[in-house]
Amino acid sequence: MNQEKAADGQGKTPKIRLRGVKKSFGDNHVLRGIDLDIGEGESIVVIGGSGTGKSVLLKCILGLLRPDEGLIEVDGEDVSRLRGKDLERMRRKFGMLFQNAALFDSLPVWENVAFGLIEGDRMNKKEAHKIALQKLAAVGLDEEVAGLFPAELSGGMKKRVGLARAIATNPEIVFFDEPTTGLDPIMGDVINDLIVQIVHDLGASALSITHDMASARKIAHRITMLYQGRLIWSGTVAEIDTTDNAYVKQFIHGHAEGPIAMPVLRP
Amino acid sequence: MGFIQLIGRTFLAFLAAVGRLAIFTGVALSHCVRPPFYGRNLLRQMVEIGYYSLPVVGLTAIFTGMVLTLQTHTGFARFQAESVIPQVVVVSITRELGPVLAGLMVAGRIGAAMAAEIGTMRVTEQIDALTTLATNPFKYLIAPRLVAGVICLPILVLIADIIGVFGGYLIGTYKLDFSAGAYLQNARAFLEPMDVISGLVKAAVFGFLIALMGCYHGYNSQGGAQGVGAATTNAVVSASILILSFNYVITELFFAR
Repeated sequence: MNQEKAADGQGKTPKIRLRGVKKSFGDNHVLRGIDLDIGEGESIVVIGGSGTGKSVLLKCILGLLRPDEGLIEVDGEDVSRLRGKDLERMRRKFGMLFQNAALFDSLPVWENVAFGLIEGDRMNKKEAHKIALQKLAAVGLDEEVAGLFPAELSGGMKKRVGLARAIATNPEIVFFDEPTTGLDPIMGDVINDLIVQIVHDLGASALSITHDMASARKIAHRITMLYQGRLIWSGTVAEIDTTDNAYVKQFIHGHAEGPIAMPVLRP
Repeated sequence: MGFIQLIGRTFLAFLAAVGRLAIFTGVALSHCVRPPFYGRNLLRQMVEIGYYSLPVVGLTAIFTGMVLTLQTHTGFARFQAESVIPQVVVVSITRELGPVLAGLMVAGRIGAAMAAEIGTMRVTEQIDALTTLATNPFKYLIAPRLVAGVICLPILVLIADIIGVFGGYLIGTYKLDFSAGAYLQNARAFLEPMDVISGLVKAAVFGFLIALMGCYHGYNSQGGAQGVGAATTNAVVSASILILSFNYVITELFFAR
């Protein structure tokens, strides 16, 4: 993605603002003080190893998990203080692509895509069906797929249906949780292209989490790295290749040797 | 000291579990009476719980009625009291065996299915997806199941009562040489409305407990396939224990003097 969009978001109230966000599960301190701003129309990618708390970060912003400490604001509203209908109203701003798509097994593809329109926005089924077909076409799926059930789809098709569902309500903010994990490189690149195009067309802010560097380079305006519960580095796509940060260098080059130690027991 | 600590820790864990269940029940009940209501989901659950449970409940009821008649006959024949067999059968079925056996069969069939379905939705992030699509999982998944359980179990038990008594009638008339008219008259004359009503009240409570346990264990399942398996087992076991214990409590409330 080009860097102009990133500049657009600066100087305004951020779409999403995190300050000192902490979250623990028992003795496991997953997030230890996260500060992050996401501007309007900006695409941020959080990179980091497995189990570093990337998904927990997304769930805290969505209000699926409550942070132990810190501030999470969406359009200046403190998410942790919202309850009931106010929380639902705030969630209508979001669309989310889950790691394994999380499609509803009991519903056909088109109803999965139209779910937010039918149940959330109370749109009539005929109109929702029409929009679902448009959104499926936007991710490269034809009408024949609309009547299938999720169990009949391949991994790549599921991701695309999940993507169509995430954008069906034209959200202001879209989250992508490991959008290319489990896909072959070609399908991964197709998904990346779709994400770039969709975020551009919607004019939405995007927050993606991934450990796929090809994906991060393609969809990000700005990349930030999560390690041991803190964002230890932040910069543009161009800056990531020239950084001196040893943790980032080890991660993007995929080296086993470096400051990030993997607890592997050797015989 | 270690042993006392263990007892204390177990007791506290038990209290915490009871508290979690109480909160879950309160939240679920509040969503049963607050719009929006998902009529299509309620209908689907009623078909699943009511219609598809009919064969298993019907078979259980007919064989129970037949066996009960045979067993009562072998016992009562010792005292030349065969004439009261229809009364004993009809009261046993309507008050106890109809609701309890139907409840246990539905707990095995529906409680397990609910826990497995909701548990799978939990571990595959479908419940999180529901929430992000501005749909409350308690309203969409749990409230329709609870309401369907409370509505369908009494209907199933009423049908089970009729089939169970019919099973007794078949054995009584074809095997034990009762006259058909006398069997039915004896059964009807002794039956009081409260016998049937108490059974239906039990059924409604059992229906609620089955759906509650299925939803609670499914909703809180963790850790993939193993977690869903554990949730399924826990749902059936806890629903069965609750059915048997609430059966005593309701019987005490209705009939204890």
